Amino acid sequence: MSDCRRQWNREDELPVYLAGPISSGPNQRKSYGMFSSVEGAFDSKTIDFDSYAVGRKGSRTPRSRSRERILDSGDPVEKTPGDAREGSQTNSTGEIDGTGTGAEVQFAEEENLPGKDGRLLIKGGRVVNDDQSFYADVFIEDGLIMQVGENLVAPAGVKVIEANGRMIIPGGIDVNTCLMKPYLDTQPVDDFLQGTKAALAGGTTMIIDHVTPQPEGSLLEAFERWQEAADKKACCDYSLHVDIPKWNETVKDELEMLVQDKGVNSFQVFMAYNDLYQMTDSELYAALSFLKELGAVVLVHAENGDLVAKEQRKILGMGITGPEGHPLSHPEELEAEAVFRAITLGNRVNCPVYITKVMSKSAADTIAQARRKGSVVFGEPITASLATDGSHYWSKNWAKAAAYVTSPPLSPDPTTLDHLHTLLACGDLQVVGSSHCAYSTSQKAIGRDDFTLIPEGVNGVEERMGFVWDKAVAMGKMDENQFVAVTSTNAAKIFNLYPRKGRIAAGSDADIVIWDPDSVKTITAKLQQSAAEYNIFEGLECRGGPALVLSQGQIVYEGGKLQVQQGTGRFIPRKPFPDFAYQRVKFRNQVKNSQGVTRGMYDGPVYEVPSMPKYITPSPSAKTSPTSHQPPPIRNLHQSNFSLSGAQIDDNVPRRSGHRIVAPPGGRSNITSLG
Amino acid sequence: MSYQGKKNIPKITSDRLLIKGGRIVNDDQSFNADIYMEDGLIKQIGDNLIVPGGVKTIEANGKMVIPGGIDIHTRFQKPYRGTTSLDDFAQGTKSALAGGTTMIVDHVFPVPGSSLMEAYDQWKQWADEKACCDYSLHVDITHWDDTVKQEVDHLVKEKGVNSFQVYMAYEDYCQMTNSELYEIFTFLAERGGIAQIHAENGEIISKEQSRMLQIGITGPEGHVLSRPEELEAEAVFRAVTIASQTNCPLYVTRVMSKSAADIISQARKKGNVVFGEPIAASLGTDGTHYWSKNWAKAAYFVTSPPLSPDPTTPDYLNTLLASGDLSVTGSAHCTFSVAQKAIGKDDFTQIPEGVNGVEERMSLIWDKAVTTGKMDENMFVAVTSTNAAKILNLYPRKGRIAVGSDADLVIWDTDAVRTITAKTHQSAAEYNIFEGMELRGAPQVVICQGKIVLEDGNLHVTSGVGRFIPCSPYPDFAYKRIKARKQLAVLRAVPRGMYDGPVSEFSLSRGGTPSASARTSPTKQPVRNLHQSGFSLAGNPAACGPPTPEDLPIRPAGRRIVVPPGGRSNITSLS
Repeated sequence: MSDCRRQWNREDELPVYLAGPISSGPNQRKSYGMFSSVEGAFDSKTIDFDSYAVGRKGSRTPRSRSRERILDSGDPVEKTPGDAREGSQTNSTGEIDGTGTGAEVQFAEEENLPGKDGRLLIKGGRVVNDDQSFYADVFIEDGLIMQVGENLVAPAGVKVIEANGRMIIPGGIDVNTCLMKPYLDTQPVDDFLQGTKAALAGGTTMIIDHVTPQPEGSLLEAFERWQEAADKKACCDYSLHVDIPKWNETVKDELEMLVQDKGVNSFQVFMAYNDLYQMTDSELYAALSFLKELGAVVLVHAENGDLVAKEQRKILGMGITGPEGHPLSHPEELEAEAVFRAITLGNRVNCPVYITKVMSKSAADTIAQARRKGSVVFGEPITASLATDGSHYWSKNWAKAAAYVTSPPLSPDPTTLDHLHTLLACGDLQVVGSSHCAYSTSQKAIGRDDFTLIPEGVNGVEERMGFVWDKAVAMGKMDENQFVAVTSTNAAKIFNLYPRKGRIAAGSDADIVIWDPDSVKTITAKLQQSAAEYNIFEGLECRGGPALVLSQGQIVYEGGKLQVQQGTGRFIPRKPFPDFAYQRVKFRNQVKNSQGVTRGMYDGPVYEVPSMPKYITPSPSAKTSPTSHQPPPIRNLHQSNFSLSGAQIDDNVPRRSGHRIVAPPGGRSNITSLG
Repeated sequence: MSYQGKKNIPKITSDRLLIKGGRIVNDDQSFNADIYMEDGLIKQIGDNLIVPGGVKTIEANGKMVIPGGIDIHTRFQKPYRGTTSLDDFAQGTKSALAGGTTMIVDHVFPVPGSSLMEAYDQWKQWADEKACCDYSLHVDITHWDDTVKQEVDHLVKEKGVNSFQVYMAYEDYCQMTNSELYEIFTFLAERGGIAQIHAENGEIISKEQSRMLQIGITGPEGHVLSRPEELEAEAVFRAVTIASQTNCPLYVTRVMSKSAADIISQARKKGNVVFGEPIAASLGTDGTHYWSKNWAKAAYFVTSPPLSPDPTTPDYLNTLLASGDLSVTGSAHCTFSVAQKAIGKDDFTQIPEGVNGVEERMSLIWDKAVTTGKMDENMFVAVTSTNAAKILNLYPRKGRIAVGSDADLVIWDTDAVRTITAKTHQSAAEYNIFEGMELRGAPQVVICQGKIVLEDGNLHVTSGVGRFIPCSPYPDFAYKRIKARKQLAVLRAVPRGMYDGPVSEFSLSRGGTPSASARTSPTKQPVRNLHQSGFSLAGNPAACGPPTPEDLPIRPAGRRIVVPPGGRSNITSLS
């Protein structure tokens, strides 16, 4: 309160024309700052205060004013009332006080032709990319960003959106959704329509869904089925990952086709799901080698399936059948172990590895360590692991506990999410997915007597961006640029969509979000877009949310209202060999050639082995120098002072081929003298 | 015992011994005292001992007296394709004694598919005939089925074997799958055994091997190229995970690389019961020799996991040994002649694997760790002898100088310098991988079973005097923690009202009976370190962030969920 009073005089100093024109009722006030609470909480109070304290009715309220000033201290250029940058700016400044509830003003000109030929101008916003933030206007036409710059002049008839200095960020990309993943013939309740609606409502303008073929089914057919369904229903752009349920020769052909003709550059392999999708180490090696040749990114579901199966049996044997059996049989070590193995495989094959669903501290640490050693590995925590924890598996409410079931499970350690946010902020983890796969409670109840049958999946596509903001940016762990990187840009880079997606620049797709860092909402299943009956984030308060969402240049979400059109989503094909993942791999390929040592042939005595299989001709290697041996990629080349065998003492004394080892029977010292 | 006959002649010298003026070094402390031994046992320790007349007295002159070394990993007389390794139990134990090691533990390797018992008997027979010092046996589990289970059980209970090695490498030969490892570890944990592991990812190795051969690399350098150290680290990581899942003590044989050692020390920091065994070769030399132009020399270094080509590895391993992150040292002594190695002259995968080291082990560690100031003399005793005795449950009979312990002693000369060469070593091998190395520190006098076997550089050994020392299960060193954890790690289900809402129609099979457990508290997982974990159990969910008031009331059984068709908010309202 004292704060308010202190600011009071400032208010009086303001020119009347600034305070005046668009001021309106208190309901249009927005709440500012980290200390603001729920929208509208102060309404009645402030009105009263106003009317008692000053004569200037409702022009601005002391509270909002003071709050604004706190924020303004950071960037006086933009919003300090006295500083009128330009005409439009003046307008916006005036509006700060008295504008629309959710967010920015939609400052339509009178001949407001909404969305006419998709021309839009976003004025006065702060464009936030992953590398920098700057004030600029953004002009959009035909679903593309045409111009980014200061003081763009809007042609007549163009709809203008006033951003009022708010953040303009590239729309989010959710890299992991399963909107059609069949489970025992049932489908998730959120299909491409529901799912993409939820995505847009959360500020995500593109999803990449997983195609899950049946183990014996064709990859291509499954892909086409998914594409058809998505084309009909999706409301935002989408792309597809394809899961590889089994490794064999037919799959190879299909993969080649998918990469070359269908625009798929990422495939998921499984180390879990014993007897279903799981691959052995040899198969993984073969798969990684093959996919690397194609230039694809390998997504790995990392859990040790053999051990999970054993543990499940043990847990069931102990009479534990409820959802708590799920985390008990999927301990986080098994996740970390598989992550470690996947990274080792990736290093051996020299193939980029992308770990989907990083759920635990130890898995994340393993990834961070591997990156320090130079491995090309990416980690994707999901909304659930970033916003909640696995203690809910012990809930007395079966339906609630079951709603959290996903694999790998949420860690019961409540400090996990904080740790994951920290790693996300420092770049050790790169992208955020949601693994959105919502099942109804009755579907979950398939496993009411046996937790292993509970269909796995949690929601999160809608809450994803909000929680990263709330838990990382609002807490000071992460800056806004990194926020853009992890929610959008990195994903676009890894999957070769950049800079079409994931950046606000001329020529990029007009998938844009105006982000409101101050909005606060309480997550509840009643208000969500998803069709699921339960939201695993139920009751959590989340700061930050989209004020306005543009998808393909169209306003699809504004002021809490969604206006989407089914089927507008386009399939975005992706090319292989994304630079972000493959540039290093290419160089390593060149460096990493093993070569044999040229030696005179050994012609000493050979112990007679009965029926020994003979391989290959002896030492055909042609090169002389053994020096091109490079340490395996995991080893830090800067640290290793491995001096190569060139430094051997005996290298200077090449054995002449005439000079043979003469080994008298039982002779013992001859070899020694040689060495 | 074979020396019974001779006993009458040098009676006094062999039976009763007094070491005067030595400094006794155990793993916990050093002190000056005399030692009196009789009948192969230490009878008295102290100053001014009262001893019978005519006792042979050794003047130690202030030198260190340490417990005889225990080489926990040897493979004497190992059969390989119809031949056996050069050093048999006689030659091998002779080398051991020459280096100050008074007990060895050999690996019984049954051919996959054959009986463990038969192999065990065979090895025991060989050793009883020839060994010059006490010995014990590990048994390798090379395949896994119910018969093996019974044999393992029998070996633990009746035959004095408490440690079993399994392989994660050698695909299609003796490699175990993850599920088998899980079963074996579970079984061993129940029986009080130690799970030893040869940790390398066999599947990837065989892929890499065929790749190497394909690109024309057939020499010994292919061995190390096809077995990069990350595959070792990966397998160690996996083994640690499985062991902690099954709550079984794990022993990693042959730690050859930095990254594998790092994994072990990390796991120990997290509280896992895991022991790492670097061997003489990995502590003393490195893998650059695989690129030697001399095929025979390069082939002599072939062992699995291979020596790391990184020349800083020995130093690093010695550091971890000194800090206690690695626990024991072995030698994996298994020598082949050049002719035998030459079986693989055209294909490195055929080279018989094995290096020497049983004789050099103690000196190497002294030279590389103690004289460099990494390690003190007590730690030296711990890693060369005491820790091994503890793991094998032989402590304090072996591994300590104390009244009642076996009279296996070494008077250690810290100043002696010798140069390792195949010309003077005891082993029958033609080449020594430590050839030319100058080592400080050597045994001056070695006493085995109360008799002097090495004095003034002369070795007096008798084949066949070595006794089999049975190891009992549940060694405290490993199992005390395991037992305590077992009691804590009991899992319980959450008692809930039965879910009786709608169920999708596709349930296929039914598991056990629903929610049978009676106790209220949902408990911790066995694997997580209970000391570190902030997991406050679901019983106190309020502390875990999101408020979950719905956890508190148990739904009365009478109040069922009524779900109207298509109703969406009902479950939500429940919670």
